[in-house]
Amino acid sequence: MNRFLADARLVAAKDLRIEARSRVVLNQVAPFALLVLVLFGFALDADQRTLRAFAPGLFWVAVLLCALLAVQRSVSVEQADGALTGLRLSGMSPAALFVGKAAAVFVQLVVLEVLLTAGIIVLYGSEIEQPLLVVATGVLAAVAVACTGTLYGALASGLGVRETLLPILLLPVLAPVLIGATRAFDDALGNAAVDGWAWLGLLAVFAVVATAGGALAHGALVEE
Amino acid sequence: MTHLGYLIAGWGIALGTFAVYALSVVRRGRDLARRVPAERSRWLTAPGADAGNRG
Amino acid sequence: MTETMATNGTTTGSRGSRVLGAATLLGLATLLLFAFGLTEADIRLHPTTGEEIGQFDAVRLLYLHVPLAVFTYVAFVLCAFASAGYLIRRTPWFDTMAHAAAEVGTVFCGLVLVTGSIWGRPVWNTWWEWGDVRLMTTLVLFLMFTGYLALRRATVDPRAAARRGAVVALVAVLDLPLVNRSVEWWENRTLHQKSTLGELKIQDLTLFTLMLGFLVFGLVLAWLLLHRFRVGWLEREDAEHGIAADIAERRAAIDEGDVDAAVGEGT
Repeated sequence: MNRFLADARLVAAKDLRIEARSRVVLNQVAPFALLVLVLFGFALDADQRTLRAFAPGLFWVAVLLCALLAVQRSVSVEQADGALTGLRLSGMSPAALFVGKAAAVFVQLVVLEVLLTAGIIVLYGSEIEQPLLVVATGVLAAVAVACTGTLYGALASGLGVRETLLPILLLPVLAPVLIGATRAFDDALGNAAVDGWAWLGLLAVFAVVATAGGALAHGALVEE
Repeated sequence: MTHLGYLIAGWGIALGTFAVYALSVVRRGRDLARRVPAERSRWLTAPGADAGNRG
Repeated sequence: MTETMATNGTTTGSRGSRVLGAATLLGLATLLLFAFGLTEADIRLHPTTGEEIGQFDAVRLLYLHVPLAVFTYVAFVLCAFASAGYLIRRTPWFDTMAHAAAEVGTVFCGLVLVTGSIWGRPVWNTWWEWGDVRLMTTLVLFLMFTGYLALRRATVDPRAAARRGAVVALVAVLDLPLVNRSVEWWENRTLHQKSTLGELKIQDLTLFTLMLGFLVFGLVLAWLLLHRFRVGWLEREDAEHGIAADIAERRAAIDEGDVDAAVGEGT
């Protein structure tokens, strides 16, 4: 177990260090996130009452689009110089590799979510009525998306068409996360009288299944 | 008959799609069967029986 | 079974599949006769206003749509079991079956959505309805399996394609209850509430025709699966045969002392 955690932490630290040096997520994906919010503003005619009503849904669509980029980036850092082969030959368990990479994507997603939250407060006039629910939803959804994304990133890796294949593979599977997180935010932002915590339960189930299932499936994929 | 347009569209699209798909599968089968030597084209074994050195 | 299933070397057909095909076509003709000629349109009288309401002749689309929906799920469940079987046993039979079931299932699924939409227009007055549980779940299912087919087509190495496909299929099938549950909770509305004004009365002939529909489209599924499976099997054989032929060619070149041909250069 210690070895497992140590390996996972090693991989996560490596990915985050690469990000700290290259700043791809910070310099490219984060602006993209804000850009998406702005585009929605233009498309929906910039009426703040409309935007505020749709903010939860728009927020989570933006998160999903950013997640696509973050996952693509996570996969592509392994393509350089046979890095993935090196990792496999090191004897690290595929599950540890999976957890490490998913953890790095998770951290990046949380950062993006914080940024987007500031975005919808400023640009759409959203108000956070239940901060705890917002945080819990953000964390659970990020786990769900990061784990599912890392699994599908591995499924699409090594293919020339990875960029176009990953979205159509990943997004349909994440439909429950989109629905659940949006409804939870509807409650947390005071948009609708729904039980956000009940939706959180669904997200929790998804997150747990995604983590366990992803680690298991990753083993089946990575072995040669 | 009421809604006749919808009926023709629905049944027509369904049966038409099946016909096109069936023809394409059969045609693929013909092309492949021609290329693969006869002795390799028997798939009548049970699952796992020919696991041997394949897969 | 071996005699009826052996090929004659030029097509994926066999005596067994031809019998199956003939039965399918006969069944389809009979179904059309029942659906259009022998059953009646759904016409009921409104309890208070007395006017004629109901699906009228649109109900004849249900003899198509409902069986298609059932067999879509049969095909995808088959794909899931075959995928699991492949991951456990790693034999090509399971992989070929999974791919065939997924492809045929996707055709069925697309048709479910199209026929459902065409049926919905006159009956529900809309081509599409967000929030209807079955509609949304079927749509997500369709999207997931078109992704599966795209992934398989894009992966060149057959063993990698089989492995990845199996994982995608299993994740898709496991995700489906979550999709279903989340849409069901969301707004908790389905169009079935709208149609409670008059339930479709399933009398003997309607029920019989529906059962006939199940039988016929089950035959359609079986026939398509059989041929698609055989195509998949032949594709595998063809790929291996191609490699074996290449190897034989190189070996022959070595025997003749033609080094260039042996290493594949200068051709």
